[in-house]
Parts: sequence; structure tokens; C-alpha cells
Amino acid sequence: MAERDVVPRTPPALELKGVRKDFGDVHAVRGIDLRIEPGEIVAFLGPNGAGKTTTIDMMLGLSVPSAGTVSVYGRTPLDAVRLGLVSAVMQSGGLLKDLTVAETVEYTAHLFTGARPVDEVMERAGISLIADRLVAKCSGGEQQRLRFAMALLPDPDLLLLDEPTQGMDVEGRRAFWKAIRHDAQAGRTIVFATHYLDEADAYADRVVLIREGEIVADGSAAEVKALASGRAVRATLFGADQATLRALPGVDHVEVHANSILLHCADSDAVARYLLTQTNAKDIEITARALEDAFVALTGSHARDESVQSNADEVLR
Amino acid sequence: MSTSPVTARLDRGVPRFGGFKLAIVRLEIRRQLRNRRTVFFTVAFPVFFFLIFGLNNAYASDPIGRGNESAFIMISMALYGTVLATSNGGATVSVERLSGWSRQLRITPLQPSAYIAIKMATSLVLGLVAILSVYIVAAFTHKPSMPLGLWFATGAAIWIGSLLFTAFGLFIGYLLPSENVMQLIGFALMLFSFGGGLFIPLSQFSHPLRVLATYTPLYGLNQLVHYPLVQGSFNWSWLSNLVSWLIIFTVGATWRFKRDTARV
Repeated sequence: MAERDVVPRTPPALELKGVRKDFGDVHAVRGIDLRIEPGEIVAFLGPNGAGKTTTIDMMLGLSVPSAGTVSVYGRTPLDAVRLGLVSAVMQSGGLLKDLTVAETVEYTAHLFTGARPVDEVMERAGISLIADRLVAKCSGGEQQRLRFAMALLPDPDLLLLDEPTQGMDVEGRRAFWKAIRHDAQAGRTIVFATHYLDEADAYADRVVLIREGEIVADGSAAEVKALASGRAVRATLFGADQATLRALPGVDHVEVHANSILLHCADSDAVARYLLTQTNAKDIEITARALEDAFVALTGSHARDESVQSNADEVLR
Repeated sequence: MSTSPVTARLDRGVPRFGGFKLAIVRLEIRRQLRNRRTVFFTVAFPVFFFLIFGLNNAYASDPIGRGNESAFIMISMALYGTVLATSNGGATVSVERLSGWSRQLRITPLQPSAYIAIKMATSLVLGLVAILSVYIVAAFTHKPSMPLGLWFATGAAIWIGSLLFTAFGLFIGYLLPSENVMQLIGFALMLFSFGGGLFIPLSQFSHPLRVLATYTPLYGLNQLVHYPLVQGSFNWSWLSNLVSWLIIFTVGATWRFKRDTARV
């Protein structure tokens, strides 16, 4: 066949085509197309209920898409799991309380062919010192690093992390990400779901923003943050000139429909000032963009934590 | 699509036997024995019952078939401990589903059938521990009397027959996702044990109750494991009782198992 002559191309680490997932009338995932190349570190950023976990379940073959396909290194998720190509750190649960940390890793190691040595993965996940502790006596952060150690056993080419630092204290989060970052240098493809913007920013090369089961932004952390910081300005303006509007400072998108204009911009004050002083525009309306709404929802509780923290710092001084 | 996709590691393979390994059975056994309640009910309890009822001088030395009453009670108590051990072994799936461990196992190469095989092997070992505890303690009391071969024959019959209750435990474990499933099984087995005549001879029951008892799940097995000792006429209804319940529990467990492992 002609195909034989073609140099084999490495398939994407992860490829989703038109993936949808419905639970009855609930449309948890509404058509996701995504391609992640080997070696990328990608954050799946979105609020709770955005469909992140549902999507990760489909990547692992834990559930089947209602429509569309998911492939992992060119294989079905089930095959990829059986071969140890993909492994995951799940959000919570998944541990036996009456086994010790080392026994849990050992148990899981027996399930794979050619698993990495138990001592090695425990070292890399930073749990060597608690090897003999019963899982029931481990903190949330320790349990999460145990899950990470288990996920490292097959030496997966793709590692999925579902809200890996959920419920951890600051120290736990730092220790966890230190272990992940250290590991990522090996060239593994890593996809993690999070609703912390700062986590996505600090640890991902690429951020996929997901909301209500759809991808609403995809790019570098800086690009996505820039998208999120803008405002929308609406106005009624007769004879609007698209090119002039587009040339205004900070404007990245212009729509003109009959007499109404819509601008997406970074500096809404400057645009408003221009419209009021240089044109006959009226009915000016400035709104935070939907994306920013999403980010407020995403980062709101976190920002509040920080302000509480800085207040506390001031009190201490 | 390329037929042989290039991956970062080409030496990957799928484990043999769907991931079943004796090393995992060993870890499961260690885990079960760590549970004090399991050990108490499957080992200490039956041994204690034997010491109370099996050594009673009023009747312990009375002859029964090819041995004595004490040997009869030893077999009953070993059967009780063993079915409790194997039921519990099967029912651990309930706790494992609740804790998300079964879900965790689904993102490993372990195949569901191998998981069941691990459960059955673990149950068999725990069942053996229960039998040996009663038989060894009983032997040290010098009270039970029957030919040496019958110690092995009855012990083996209990051991193999107890697989019926692994199926029972799996069925209940898949049916009821609850931390309390062990208590429920303990209660059910207590009722089955009375119905099977393990604690009180069925001859002491009223007629309607006695008829009802012959349809309970431990009845057939209890009669069969005592048969080498008691001898006499063989009643085929014992075997049909055992086979019927085996079918019921296995079909039930398979049905729930398939529902649980279906990917939706």
C-alpha cells in the first residue's frame, strides 16, 4: 500500500473530535474538538460543572461519548489504559483505607507489565517517608501524592490530573506541583483540570478554557488571560467606519450591524471617551465580557482568599 | 491513520491473565486479616462456639455415624466460619465500589474477570484459615472422634462448598453499596445457619418451620459436608438445594457485575 511508504507520523497524544456527552436532558459536553501534541503541558481551566471531569472520564475510557471520538496516541482510550500509555490522578477516593501507602503502590504495580519500581515512584511523588502509614491516616495532600505515585507506575506517555490540588492546603499544593514539575521534565504529556487560574498560569504551556461543556478559549496562558481582561462596548453609531474603530488603542474585535457597533477592547474608558468626544455615538453600554464573567467566577473565591491573606499580613505588621 | 502508531515507549504490553497475580491475592489476604472484626467473626467466633457446644460432656461423646457428636459440631462450626469468611471476601466489592477503588482499578489493565478471580482466590484462602482454626483447636481437645480420612474429606467438602458463599457475597456486595453490608451478611448468615441446622438440629423445629428450612441456602451444603460422617441414605434434595442456590447467587452476581462494569 502507498501508506507503507509514508514515514510513520507520531499521532497526537490526545485527539478529541466532535465529542459530546449527554446525561438524559443534561448536555455535559457539547462538542469538543481538541488536539494535544506529545510533550505539551495543558491546563483544562473551567468552573465546577464545566464538563472537565466528564471529558477526562471519556479520555480514560471510563465513559463513552454520546457522539464523536477520543483517541490517545492513536488508540482507543481502553487500549491506551491496558497498555499503560495513559494514567490519571483522580479527584478523590480510589484508595483502600486499610492498606498502607507502600502496599497500595505495590498492589497497583502488580497490575501493569513492566511497571517502574515501587521505591522509585514513591521517591518521585515524595511519599517515601510515609511508606508504612495506613492510607486512612494520610492527609488529603499525602493521599493525592500517593495517587500521583500510582499514576507514575506504568511510566505513562500521557498523564491526566483531575483537579489534583482540590482540598489541599497551600503547603500541600506547593509540594504536589513541585513533584509534578520535576516529573514533567522527562517529556511526558500532561493534561490537568483545574479551576485555579494561577495554577493554569504557573504550570501549563497551554490553557484550554472550558465552560458549559464547550471550549471557549485555547492558547498560551498569556493569550487566554489577555482575552479575559477585556470589555465589550456597544453603541448606536450612524455611518461607523470599521477600520477607524479597529485602529483604536486596545481594540481587538469590531462588529458593525446596521447602526449598532460592538467592540471588544482592553481599555473601555479610552474607547468610550473617543466615541463620546469624536463621534455622534449614543446609547453607550459597557459590559464585562462573558469570558471575564467566567474568570470572575473562576478566580473569585481565590482572589478573596488572597485579600484575606493580605489583610492578615497587614494585621501582623 | 497509520497502522502502527509510534509511541514514546514501544515495549508496552498487556498483562497476562487479565492482571491476575498471586502477589495481589497475598496483599488482599494481608488486608483482610488486618480487619479485626473479620478475624473475630471468621476465626475466634466459630472456635469459641465449638469450645462451648462441642465439648459438652452431656452429649459430646455420643456416637454419630462413623464418629461422635463433637466431630459433628466441629464440622458445623467450621462451615459457619468458612461461609462467613467467603461471604465477607465477596462482599468487599461493596466497600471497594463505595471508596472508588473499583473505579481506580478500571484505569489499570486489570480486567473485571481477573478482579473476580482475585476475590475468589482470597476468599478460598480465608475460608481455609477458618476451617483450619476450628479443626486444629478441636484436634487439641481430643474430643471429636472420626477416622483421619474424614477430617480431610469433610474439611475439603466445606472448603469447596463455601465458594457458593463467595458468589453470595459478590451478589450482595454488588447489590448494596453500603458500609453496613458486612453486618447485613452476618445477620443473613445467622438466619441461614439456623435454617441449615448448623446450630440447632432441624428435628427440634416445628414441622412447617422444618419444611421451610430445607429451602434455605445452607441446608443442602450443611447436609452434604456432614454426610461422610453421618452416612446413611443420601438425599438428592441436598444437592438440588446447593445447585439451585449456586445458580441463583451466580446469576445474580453476574447480572450486577455486568451492570457495574458497563461503560456508559
